Amino acid sequence: MLVRIAGPGLAITYLSLLVLLPIAAVLSKAFSGGLGALWSAVSQPEAVAALKLTLLCSLGVAAFNSVAGLVIAWMLVRDEFPGKRIVGAIIDLPFALPTVVAGLTLLSLYGPDSPFGVDVAGTPFGILLALAFVTLPFSVRSVQPVLVELDREAEEAAASLGATSAVTLRRIVLPSIAPAMLAGAGLAFARAVGEFGSVVLISGNLPFKTQVASSWIFSLSQSDDLSAAAAVSILLVAIALAVLVGIGLVRRRFNVDESI
Amino acid sequence: MTTRWRWPIRVAALGYLGLLIVIPVGSVFYRAFEHGLGAAWDAISTPDAVHALLLTLLVVLIAVPANTIFGVGTALILARHRFRGAWLLDALVDIPLAISPVVVGLALILVYGKAGWFGNLLAGWGIQVIFSVPGIVMASAAVSLPYVVREVLPVLQEIGDEQEQAAATLGAGPLATFRRITLPSIRHGLAYGVTLTTARVLGEFGAVVIVSGAIEGRTQTLTLFIQDSVDNLNPVGAYAGSVILALIALVVLAILGRNTEGKERRWQSTSDQFQSDSEKPLLSTT
Repeated sequence: MLVRIAGPGLAITYLSLLVLLPIAAVLSKAFSGGLGALWSAVSQPEAVAALKLTLLCSLGVAAFNSVAGLVIAWMLVRDEFPGKRIVGAIIDLPFALPTVVAGLTLLSLYGPDSPFGVDVAGTPFGILLALAFVTLPFSVRSVQPVLVELDREAEEAAASLGATSAVTLRRIVLPSIAPAMLAGAGLAFARAVGEFGSVVLISGNLPFKTQVASSWIFSLSQSDDLSAAAAVSILLVAIALAVLVGIGLVRRRFNVDESI
Repeated sequence: MTTRWRWPIRVAALGYLGLLIVIPVGSVFYRAFEHGLGAAWDAISTPDAVHALLLTLLVVLIAVPANTIFGVGTALILARHRFRGAWLLDALVDIPLAISPVVVGLALILVYGKAGWFGNLLAGWGIQVIFSVPGIVMASAAVSLPYVVREVLPVLQEIGDEQEQAAATLGAGPLATFRRITLPSIRHGLAYGVTLTTARVLGEFGAVVIVSGAIEGRTQTLTLFIQDSVDNLNPVGAYAGSVILALIALVVLAILGRNTEGKERRWQSTSDQFQSDSEKPLLSTT
């Protein structure tokens, strides 16, 4: 009986000290100056520019990577070639690699010392590259299991009835994998809006040009403007949570449709 | 899809992976050693670099065991006990996966910093958390908190509690039951979760940079050392430090790859929490 009460109590205490109380403190700090102060913190020109850049880059990368993820997942599921298992493992490298190292790897190849002569450091392209790197596993791993389950007979039937590859893709394949692609894009987007470590080295953090929202929060906290940092944080967290809840709904809806 | 698409797909997929992941990671190894092994060794054997490495190891040694105990305990509570608000605890565990690491760090400052909720209390006790090692440990533990729960909980739910009850009926105490019955059956999930936790703690940057103050030789972890080396035009130090972390990442991948042989990978952090039961992987029977 003691364990029944003490167990959850200890778990909740640990969780509270590390996560719940701190998050409550962010909420309280963000609203401490009233709604007016909150609004002025998120409508500051630097904040607006950073949020706009973050959302646009995240959206662009989520969209691009859902197509790239589909192509890569397709190859991993339908194709056979030597070394395929290694390629499969490489997909997860961005999860295992520390974000700062990811940023440095991209900087070493696409920065000022680029052997290709491609220098995207300090430009929005650098941000896109970093976000593409860290979110690629979400895009591939979301569609891959669905492709494995996909009914190949329907594709063969379509082909035998004279459908071209493009028609088969559009009419048969895409409708079945669309929810998974959407979920993958959502996860990639949610990850991208909060990303910091991989972006910080390659973006150059130029206000109004290449400063993302997380980086703006960081610089606010460095200059001890904690309430403004909390206000922008709340907005960022709200966006990510809304997308994640949306994915949950898409998944549930999809499962219901399937059972009918 | 006809075979005529096979090559275009291969070229596009492998080309993208090559340009985005393989060549950049390879180039870090090249850059670290382009001035010879000696230069790389010198760059990471400076007092600051060694201190950063040791501090990172210290953080791993505290945060990973703490999260492992919390993770196994919470998974057991959620799987074996019915209580009000269990669903809430289950959902709250995932919070760190959904929010930016920078926000996690800021949140800790607002509670444990000088002007934070517990600031006066901690100052009275003479404990400094923020801009000090305890803050780094807490930030690392906070961002890596969900992994063990998320890996162990599905396994516990899958195996059920029949064996545990049988052991209890035969007179085994709770500890003996855990050690002899529960632990052996969750060991793969646990190993997976601990590996993920370790990888995250070793490589965390955003949450740590904001609470650490990055004081060289005092509160600088390996990831902060890398960033500092880039900023201070010490590229060999940055690349050599990155090679250490990249090698660890490759080991992590190898461990994870071996553990998930034949089953669906499920460590896409945020994706786990919204997976329906039908998508959960089969448990690895031992």
